[in-house]
Amino acid sequence: MATHIPIVNYLDLDDPAHLVATTCDECGAKFFGERLACARCGGRGFHHERSARTGTVGSFSIIHRAPAGVEAPYVSAIVDLDDGAVVKANIVGCPADPESVRLGMTVELTTYEVGTDDDGTAAVAFGFVPSKGAS
Amino acid sequence: MSSNIDDHDIWIIGVSMTRFGRYPDKDAFLLGAEAALDALDDADLTIHDIDILAAGSVNQIRAYPAQRIQKHIGQTGIPAVNVINACATGATAVRTVHQAIKAGEASIGLAVGTEQMGKQGMLGAGRFGAGGERRFVPEGPQGAVMQTEGILGTGLMPGTFAQAGMRYAAQHDGVGPEQFIKIAVKNHENSVRNPLAQYQKAFTAEQIRDAEMIAYPNTTLMCCPTGDGASGAVLVSGERLRSLPVETQRRAVKISASVLTSDPWAPDGLVQPDINTLTRNAARQAYEVAGVGPADLDLVELHDCFATAELIHYDNLELCEPGGAGDFIDRGAPKRDGETPVNVSGGLLSKGHPLGATGVANIFEVSTHLRGEAGDRQVEGATVGLTHVIGLGSACSIHILEKGNL
Ligand SMILES: [Zn+2]
Repeated sequence: MATHIPIVNYLDLDDPAHLVATTCDECGAKFFGERLACARCGGRGFHHERSARTGTVGSFSIIHRAPAGVEAPYVSAIVDLDDGAVVKANIVGCPADPESVRLGMTVELTTYEVGTDDDGTAAVAFGFVPSKGAS
Repeated sequence: MSSNIDDHDIWIIGVSMTRFGRYPDKDAFLLGAEAALDALDDADLTIHDIDILAAGSVNQIRAYPAQRIQKHIGQTGIPAVNVINACATGATAVRTVHQAIKAGEASIGLAVGTEQMGKQGMLGAGRFGAGGERRFVPEGPQGAVMQTEGILGTGLMPGTFAQAGMRYAAQHDGVGPEQFIKIAVKNHENSVRNPLAQYQKAFTAEQIRDAEMIAYPNTTLMCCPTGDGASGAVLVSGERLRSLPVETQRRAVKISASVLTSDPWAPDGLVQPDINTLTRNAARQAYEVAGVGPADLDLVELHDCFATAELIHYDNLELCEPGGAGDFIDRGAPKRDGETPVNVSGGLLSKGHPLGATGVANIFEVSTHLRGEAGDRQVEGATVGLTHVIGLGSACSIHILEKGNL
């Protein structure tokens, strides 16, 4: 029976797929993945919260050399999410060239399968696609 | 004459570097030993005068380069320290010696940075799990079920430094591929005058733009090469310098600031190491300690591991108006005959970047200019210079050096 597993634990595949931030109780700094203490204030309490599915391209590069099994060129980007969190991801759903990706372009979270293991479980990655009518 | 020497100041009295390049017939320890002996000769001292040795290397650190170098140059039983601190490794070795002298434990010390990188691929490529049964099991604090490099963006250096430059371009007008290319043109042009540079070849803007794309906007001619090499520096306390020969005093270079920082929290730091804030902090501290400002600098050797990196450091080091790095390169300010010559050595882009050696080699370069001994590439009348290195993680070191006038 085919099942899905997120590529990282801060990706929630349900309702619709979204990232889950680990947010500092003290100062509100947002992280992805678990922390022992806050890198900003040293606070030790965190809560999880649903992160925004939309954001803007704060920076990008088009990478022409990739590990075996990864298609190149691809677009790596720093995405400034609308809730203030910052995440690194690929820009997908458009050509990997500087004419198709622009700084400040609005983007939206998407998910796609990146492999299947011997049990038939599919790993699901996230990326960002240019928003419809992206500016 | 020697009354100008404050007891508490620390001076450089010997510097050296091997030509950077490929030395398949040597190893990092032999290269480091060559640099060590050259630095001692330059200081007119022997290993018996040295109270402490600090050796920096990244790839060879687990083989303990300090002790291996001692076997080539003299095992005198002094404290020997091995240093690794990303691309700030060599500068951290210098600073380790500086601290020992400042603490009064040593009066003369030797710092060496050395590295053998060979022709390794530019990328340390990650791979999907190899062989046997393949089952997705979440691992690590992010619960990753596979290598994420290339799937969730890039974490490798070419892309990271490209993204750092593009981040600056997103935040400031007048910055784009054209400006980054101009930086590469400048540094390759400078390298032609430096016989110690790994590559000594000028390129046109078109040649640089049309070269193989590595990580947009950086083509291969906008990325530093890998290579081998070593560099050394001999440091002395002011008190001890007074008892050394007049000729040694005449060529001495004062260390007006020796600063090391790591990256404080920044929102961007969550997704990739921040190379800006720690550089800004280090620069601010260095200018304050040295009592000099950016306008006083006659030359700067900064960490241009990629062309995109050099541009943002114009701003981080306050060489330009805030946000004005694009205009700074456009008006030719960092050229060798400009307002503030940057990387007259050819920079990492063409001089080369043997990781552990780089932070000492920058100090070699600036010291050589301050002594008026830089030959064809001499910045005339240079009296104050700054060296800057930064390694991802991040670690940043800045030294401000001044001509002694002793
Ligand atoms: Zn906090």
